[in-house]
Amino acid sequence: MSAAPVLALRGISKRFGAVQALTDVDLEIRSGEVVALVGDNGAGKSTLVKAIAGVGPADDGVIEWEGRRVTIDRPHTAQELGIATVYQDLALCDNLDVVGNLFLGREIARAGVLDEVEMERRARELLSTLSIRIPSVRIPVAALSGGQRQTVAIARSLLGEPKVVILDEPTAALGVEQTAQVLDLVERLRERGLGVILISHNMADVKAVADRVAVLRLGRNNGVFEVRATTQEEIVSAITGATDNAVTRRQARTAEDRT
Amino acid sequence: MTTDLSKTAPEGPAAVPPPADPRLLVRQEGFAGYWNEFLRKLRSGELGSLPVVVGLIAICLVFQLQDSAFLGAENLSNLFVTATGTGLIAVGIVFVLILGEIDLSVGSVSGLAAAVFAVLNVGHGMPEWLALVLAVLSGTVAGILHGFFFARIGVPAFVVTLAGLLGWNGLMLQVLGSNGTINLDDSGLVAALTNHYFEDIAWANGLATAVVAAYFLVSWRDGRRRAAAGVPARPLAETVLRTGALALPAYAVAWLFNQYKGLPLAVVVFLGVVVALDLVLRRTRYGRKVFALGGGVEAARRAGIDVAAVRISVFALSGTMAALGGMFLASQINAANQSSGAGSLLMNAIAAAVIGGTSLFGGRGKTWSALLGVLVIQSIASGMALLGIASAVQYMITGAVLLAAVVIDSLSRRTRRTAGRV
Repeated sequence: MSAAPVLALRGISKRFGAVQALTDVDLEIRSGEVVALVGDNGAGKSTLVKAIAGVGPADDGVIEWEGRRVTIDRPHTAQELGIATVYQDLALCDNLDVVGNLFLGREIARAGVLDEVEMERRARELLSTLSIRIPSVRIPVAALSGGQRQTVAIARSLLGEPKVVILDEPTAALGVEQTAQVLDLVERLRERGLGVILISHNMADVKAVADRVAVLRLGRNNGVFEVRATTQEEIVSAITGATDNAVTRRQARTAEDRT
Repeated sequence: MTTDLSKTAPEGPAAVPPPADPRLLVRQEGFAGYWNEFLRKLRSGELGSLPVVVGLIAICLVFQLQDSAFLGAENLSNLFVTATGTGLIAVGIVFVLILGEIDLSVGSVSGLAAAVFAVLNVGHGMPEWLALVLAVLSGTVAGILHGFFFARIGVPAFVVTLAGLLGWNGLMLQVLGSNGTINLDDSGLVAALTNHYFEDIAWANGLATAVVAAYFLVSWRDGRRRAAAGVPARPLAETVLRTGALALPAYAVAWLFNQYKGLPLAVVVFLGVVVALDLVLRRTRYGRKVFALGGGVEAARRAGIDVAAVRISVFALSGTMAALGGMFLASQINAANQSSGAGSLLMNAIAAAVIGGTSLFGGRGKTWSALLGVLVIQSIASGMALLGIASAVQYMITGAVLLAAVVIDSLSRRTRRTAGRV
């Protein structure tokens, strides 16, 4: 893991009115690596992702892309750099077929007419290189299972040939078999040399596919762990702050009261 | 959904290199394959145009048994011509329905366009073509206004176009002024819209031939490209069969027109608009955006689609089509009067789109449904008139047909949902 990170966040801070959502957060992602971003509800995971994706730019801090300092102030910039984000609520059009969804917003056209043949060919190619099994690329995505929809959404993000993919709770609403499908896909993304940021609540998923785990707690870094060398309990205690004791908690609370 | 393949295993030749995955939907060889796919689609609620075609045939049979003049050349030719005005309006409605919205103003806008034309042409002596263009553009402007208030201000389309329904009707009365009715030049351009016929039988036959040939060439080329690209392609036999299925009604209708006065100009315009806008919907980026908005606004926005621009453009199109339809309706009575665009026109236009198979819930629809739906409505009206049945009964029957269409739409949507998320 000595390679230079493709994406590095240093000292990211973000404030919403009176709430300090992120304080001095660091994160590094290398190519061919899955970094799980975990933390309790309200720990700042989504805020951090939004800062990377350009949806909600950070107030303070530095984002480095391939060693170069960049400003990501809107989603388009992130996409151009090569950062693709797959949101929890998928954002697929139920009535369009798989091909239509994959190419939505970047349709291939010849002389103004949609080139369905070329799009279908590329869609099949993409799905087969990712070993995604779908009944037909010509059925509406409404007819797909949750796991299949999730894999379509992830495949869609890959069409822009990104270098880093952010997956926001990709297995949250899925059953056992479907979760396995999505986790397989995450591993295939890593094999293809992409950097993956995996946001998850599920420790089993994290242990299964992640290389490193970055823990956020109350908007701050609370440790980065190598998955192989760490037990689940250690991660969970970093998330919940169980390493705290009653005294430090009381101190924290009185400090909050004073402000 | 996985049942289809289980029976094919013995029949499937070894020519298919990758082993068939039982989860994939692949059509079997031969007739049985088509039949199974048809059944699968029925079961999962993808009815397409099936109900309306069956309904249309049933309506024709019933009226033909009552009065043999119904399927006669004169009656059918007049039926087609009368249907164009409402049909053109319904094509615009199809676009709005695909967005999942509604446009209640189309009747008033069509009346306004007729009044604008009459006043500019007859009142101010403006050349007909210029007055016609300005009248149609008045519909575009009305549509852009609706779209603006809906897309940019965020007023529900239902309310915006309801305001339009009242407002444009008022403006039409204002424009018409005190005399109330303006008669149009009965040998002019607008009169010709519905009373011009291409008399030579070569016109109707030529158009039918052109349509059939174009369909065959496009499908055949598409099939070859698909085969070359290695994606599932329609076999040539199927293309030939489909072309035959299209040629039959095409030549039948052409023959019918030639039995009466020839190919009506109104029908050429209507078919041209339906085909052109069908291509726009299915084969252009713009059409894909319209469908995407109907399927999920948030998904469309995240895909980089300018939601407001598409919405405004669709309402502009709906207004334009309403104005164009209004010109054909004015042409039929050769006048613009205070009742232009009033009465059951709005309901008929919306009903036509829905009866034809465009979903009220958004995201699904074809311009062809406007054609099929308006034929159903006009057939009922024409048949009832032929039998001398009062319009009271006619309204009730049209209402029942609309209800049936919406019930089919709702049921098939529910079936799609349950079949979808197995």
